[in-house]
Amino acid sequence: MMGLTNEHLAKWLEKTNAKIQENKTFLTNLDQAIGDGDHGINMSRGFDEAVKKISSTEYKTSSDLLKDWAMTLLSKVGGASGPLYGTALLKFSMSMKDKEEVDYSSLTAGIEEGLNGLIQRGQAQEGHKTMVDVWSPVVTFLKEQPAFNPEGFKEIAKEAMEKTKDMKAIKGRAAYLKERSIGHLDPGSVSSYYLFSSLAEVIEEEGVGL
Amino acid sequence: MKKIVNDPNEVVQEMILGMVAAHGDRLKQVPDSTVLARVQSPVKGKVGLVSGGGSGHEPSHAGYVGKGMLDAAVCGSVFTSPTPDQVLEGIKAADSGSGVLLIIKNYTGDVMNFEMAAELAEIEGVTVDKVVVNDDVAVEDSTFTTGRRGIAGTVFVHKIAGAKAESGASLSEVKAAAEKAISNVRSMGMALTSCTIPAAGKPGFEIGENEMEVGMGIHGEPGIARTEIQSADEIASVLVEKILDDGVHTSGDEVAVMINGLGSTPLMELYILNLKVNGLLKEKGLSIYKTFVGEYMTAIDMAGCSVSVLKLDEELKELLDSPSDTLGFRI
Repeated sequence: MMGLTNEHLAKWLEKTNAKIQENKTFLTNLDQAIGDGDHGINMSRGFDEAVKKISSTEYKTSSDLLKDWAMTLLSKVGGASGPLYGTALLKFSMSMKDKEEVDYSSLTAGIEEGLNGLIQRGQAQEGHKTMVDVWSPVVTFLKEQPAFNPEGFKEIAKEAMEKTKDMKAIKGRAAYLKERSIGHLDPGSVSSYYLFSSLAEVIEEEGVGL
Repeated sequence: MKKIVNDPNEVVQEMILGMVAAHGDRLKQVPDSTVLARVQSPVKGKVGLVSGGGSGHEPSHAGYVGKGMLDAAVCGSVFTSPTPDQVLEGIKAADSGSGVLLIIKNYTGDVMNFEMAAELAEIEGVTVDKVVVNDDVAVEDSTFTTGRRGIAGTVFVHKIAGAKAESGASLSEVKAAAEKAISNVRSMGMALTSCTIPAAGKPGFEIGENEMEVGMGIHGEPGIARTEIQSADEIASVLVEKILDDGVHTSGDEVAVMINGLGSTPLMELYILNLKVNGLLKEKGLSIYKTFVGEYMTAIDMAGCSVSVLKLDEELKELLDSPSDTLGFRI
């Protein structure tokens, strides 16, 4: 079987959720340092709901599954993360319309569409200390590689996440702190890292041919 | 934490039910939502006005739902923007077919959630437009940042846009009036204490017994400076000076003033502050058309205040003077 099936996508969501639940306090502490202190609380609530919804529903297409994932985050996460993750996944879902399975090129296109959605919704660019700082290098890496490279993919996402520590926030609530935001990881970049590392792990563990 | 609550996670839902229990003659809850709407909404032939945001700023925003102001207020969790599906419920409750204007305070989450709701509403055939209030001069305004925050000056925007909508004006006319109010109002606040989100159970930040924070936001976001506590007159001077420095108000202008308490500051102190604010504005050659003193946009249980100054012209004076019958603002 080539490509990501709906079962794989559901596992991706479950794995991401497990990482978020495990690191709920860590995410909240990061957000308390430079934001409004609710990232872990909001993300754990929203991803839990998304797992409940998707594990109890039968989906014909991956687009439908991704859409429900997006809509659940939109209505359950709140704050800025809800519309950002919701928009990214909704764009991914739209790019998958009429496609049977997620192969490498459609995965790349889907994540790129997600990134474009983030940029449009959040009005952020690379270097602003936001999720875009993880999503953008991840998309560049996917486009450069001929096939999915789990180790390299995880490494890129991790490095990108760690780089946000030394950035000065331009967007988001951390921007009010200006220089004082330097020295703290961007919480949204950390949760984005959980999302992408989970994707790589599912592809590796399930032996998905991509 | 000492608070009159049951389950800290249910405070918003219980507040909404309590408001409807008290004021069911004017407010209704849109079923299965956190939206409070006018009992008679949607009002036929009138542009609908929707605002909202995180809870904890009462009477903002549900206290301004009623004749002459808002049609619906969307209540998010405490200090957390409501989600797009909730805002969409508010838009639908307010829409009579004449279009809906969203009045959004300038916070990243609020702007994104309200914009997504507007897109969802457009898909359902509702015409939606928006204005974003950014009156807080404590925060630097720049196209490279999130920009200034929306604070108590938003209440003036509710009043002006609400009066315009009530007069039967079109969506674009109501938006223009709201934009005029936004470009004419500037505010700044200060805090003496922190505030406690019920679900968090402890104060959001530390501030010393003898300290105050100038420019503090209504969620406890940092301001311009942490200083030793000063007298009411000195506080008034700092706030007024910074507001007038922005260059919107010039000698000879007529203005409306709002002295707003953040939740734990007694009216006595607000009036003491107003005495100096009033004197300073007059010294600068401004004439004070109307002054509002009270709690308009709070920060849960924070002690502190904000001052807002709205420059008026004939249109804004007329809109400010036209009747409004809401819990938080009656003229």
